[in-house]
Amino acid sequence: MNRHMIPLVVFAALLLLFWVGLGLNPKIIPSPLIGKEAPKFELPELHDPQKVVNNEMLKGQVTLFNVFASWCVSCRAEHHHLLKLQRQGFHLVGLNYKDEKQDALMYLRQLGGDPYAMIAYDYDGDIGIEWGVYGTPETFVVDKKGIVRYKHTGPLYREVIENELIPLIRELEQES
Amino acid sequence: MRAVLGIFIAMSFLISASAHALKAGVPLEFESSEQEELYNDMLHELRCTVCQNQSIAGSNASLADDLRGNLYEMVQEGADEQEIKKFMVDRYGEFVLYRPSFDASTYLLWIGPFLLLLLGVIVLRANVRSRSKINRSSDLTTEESELLAKSLNSQKEKK
Repeated sequence: MNRHMIPLVVFAALLLLFWVGLGLNPKIIPSPLIGKEAPKFELPELHDPQKVVNNEMLKGQVTLFNVFASWCVSCRAEHHHLLKLQRQGFHLVGLNYKDEKQDALMYLRQLGGDPYAMIAYDYDGDIGIEWGVYGTPETFVVDKKGIVRYKHTGPLYREVIENELIPLIRELEQES
Repeated sequence: MRAVLGIFIAMSFLISASAHALKAGVPLEFESSEQEELYNDMLHELRCTVCQNQSIAGSNASLADDLRGNLYEMVQEGADEQEIKKFMVDRYGEFVLYRPSFDASTYLLWIGPFLLLLLGVIVLRANVRSRSKINRSSDLTTEESELLAKSLNSQKEKK
């Protein structure tokens, strides 16, 4: 190779490195939970504290486990997507994270309804820590055996739902 | 009576264990200076995942506060550094450690700078060698070197 080409090649390599590196979102941290069993938990249900919600209830069907709070502004942005997913027949379980009960109930009323089959009420945020929650909203896909298969940090939007979430759920539903 | 007292004591432990949210301005109490040291060390070793360039020691994020509470609890229960790090890494990934562990996924991170240094040294050596070769290859003919020596001498005499 011509030695005058070397700087050009180095430049091209740096360009590629920066192109990829600066395109990544540093806020997205890969979850160590993926491929592992969903963390064990047992919490009161938000609407009815007499009932409990636990990790066993995530099993048996593919579940969207969604972490939300009334103080979380970007949760509002994804709420109508969650309602649509529920209408499409998906199984949603909510984790109401570090929230006041009344605020959470008001939030659901204001935003057009409750898309969740059940909501675990995590008042002090301990279960959030078990799930490695650091930026609400967060959405996990848990398969029939209760294994975490996917995580999306930040509000869901159409491209993610159509290109990643729904195809993955369809695929996982085929598994026994 | 003794049984009731036992239950009472057990209950008070349970309460103190669950009331982990740390109050601002209230100094923490530790059983030993080792525990205190461990707590303070770990505060600076763990990254707050919300505000990524701060350790949980310096962050005001509510999550950092919760994690400080968890850390305090673990230290009081006698967890060592490895157990604390494992707890955090299991939940938040390797990213929470300001000093990532040395394993297959981080070899490049740790060794990379030294590899680049080595590469630089190799390139530098190659450059210096090829230059000194150029100098040597510009051998003059005998006439030319006589002429050069003569003119250099005449320069000296002038001085």
